[in-house]
Amino acid sequence: MLENLVKWSRIKSPWVIHFNSGGCNGCDIEILAALMPRLDAERFGVLLQGSPRHSDVLVCTGAVTEQMKDRLIRIYEQTPEPKFVIACGTCAITGAMFESYNTHGGIDKVIPVNAYVPGCPPKPEAILDGVVKLLTSLKEG
Amino acid sequence: MAEVTIPIGPQHPALKEPERFLVTVEGETVVGADIRIGHMHRGIEKLAEHRTYIQNLYLTERICGICSFTHTTNFSQVTEEALGLEVPKRGLYLRTLVNELERIHSHLLWLGVAGHEMGFDTLFMYSWDDREIVQDILENMTGNRVNYAYNAIGGVRRDISDSQAQEVLRGMDAIEERMKYYVNVALNEKTILKRTQGIGVLKTEDAKRLCAVGPLLRASNVKDDVRRDDPYAAYGEIPFDVITADTCDVHGQVVVRALEVVESLKMCRHIIKNLPTGDIRVKAPRKVPPGETISHTEAPRGEDIHYLKSNGTDKPERLKVRAPTLANILSVAHMLKGIYIADIPMVVAGIDPCMACMDRVLIVDKDKETSQMVEMDVLRKFGNEWYEKEAHR
Ligand code: SF4
Repeated sequence: MLENLVKWSRIKSPWVIHFNSGGCNGCDIEILAALMPRLDAERFGVLLQGSPRHSDVLVCTGAVTEQMKDRLIRIYEQTPEPKFVIACGTCAITGAMFESYNTHGGIDKVIPVNAYVPGCPPKPEAILDGVVKLLTSLKEG
Repeated sequence: MAEVTIPIGPQHPALKEPERFLVTVEGETVVGADIRIGHMHRGIEKLAEHRTYIQNLYLTERICGICSFTHTTNFSQVTEEALGLEVPKRGLYLRTLVNELERIHSHLLWLGVAGHEMGFDTLFMYSWDDREIVQDILENMTGNRVNYAYNAIGGVRRDISDSQAQEVLRGMDAIEERMKYYVNVALNEKTILKRTQGIGVLKTEDAKRLCAVGPLLRASNVKDDVRRDDPYAAYGEIPFDVITADTCDVHGQVVVRALEVVESLKMCRHIIKNLPTGDIRVKAPRKVPPGETISHTEAPRGEDIHYLKSNGTDKPERLKVRAPTLANILSVAHMLKGIYIADIPMVVAGIDPCMACMDRVLIVDKDKETSQMVEMDVLRKFGNEWYEKEAHR
């Protein structure tokens, strides 16, 4: 009973934190655009949070630069369980065009990732779709 | 009173992108500020040396997602100059059009972020909603909302149809209507006045001394704009005013940006109405003869410079990019001095920092190592203390 309640509230109010690990900013403005009035992600209970300690979903962009790697890991550690990670954008998935001496080639090289949203940048609709798909998979699993 | 040093960032609720500040405070007043850059360094200049010119167009586009078109314009210009290519008139006009559309979207975006920083979230929602009008136009014209891939070496990739042109005009009308509200808000709204007037003062001579660029410089009452001073693309044929403000503070920056959008709207209309006929593009050879070229453009955030050294092959020998935020970051350190801690986000947001742009430029000299070490030390100490505190709980 209590478990169901927790699960229900988890699905209905995913608080997200957005972390740029070295992308071009394109994805970041699209993530914000997904929260804006036109798509209004808040109707799914999605709320942008400032602190990792208050959030459930980590939306990461960027190819993970050397300097941001440790910070990404620390932010991930600070997020309370259960936590989910979305890698948003092509360069967050594989490193794409930023495959260089200073990048690690994707979020999943550094921390575990639950959902991938491809596109450079993905449209806000796609990002929202990724979040909804993640939530649906929680409901089932 | 004892001085205390507070580290801010790299991940901080007030900052959209990773950046790191070390501010020294006495009570509530900031007495010194130290800025660490380089978190977003991706090695783009090095990557550019391993790609052909055409591939580099897509790479330079991704230097920064917000001002992507300026970077590709710049890169096309240096390459065209090295090749000695003459771009057709229509291509230049279309380039200018997208440049101005990008300025509108970037300034509206900034207005929203600034509103957010001062706790005026309604403005944030409003301006981002209106920004969608420009995004729709851009998507319709170029095929993408953010990284448009519209420039080509020798022109632009897509022509504009009559119905698209009409849509641009309709969009301009809609935004103009909304801009009346924003200009009024920027000039008279109490929240904005209270949070921005007299904050982050950058006097004219300081702005010149610290080499500020773009709206920050114009807000310090210097009439300086690459579009007017050294016209590129079709700017020489399009009438517009360079907006300046004499308040030399963050409020001046808000006003300059709001009025610049109005100017850009007029320019877009002028371009659509006077669009020349003809080709949009000439074919460019793949190999670029050896030489050195430089080009600058006015990005939404200020002057953006590209330098190219070619060596006769189809790949550049060296590409150097100086993005506007790097030029403005010194001014931030200056502007932070003497303000309250609570005003830090406002001043930082004031220059419209674009870290992704700037951070390809990791200064590689012997200082790099020492400055990096300092940062790691501080960070480690901070982390240690944090874990200690956690352990006591
Ligand atoms: S996926 Fe593309 S748009 Fe997104 S951050 Fe990476 S380079 Fe930028």
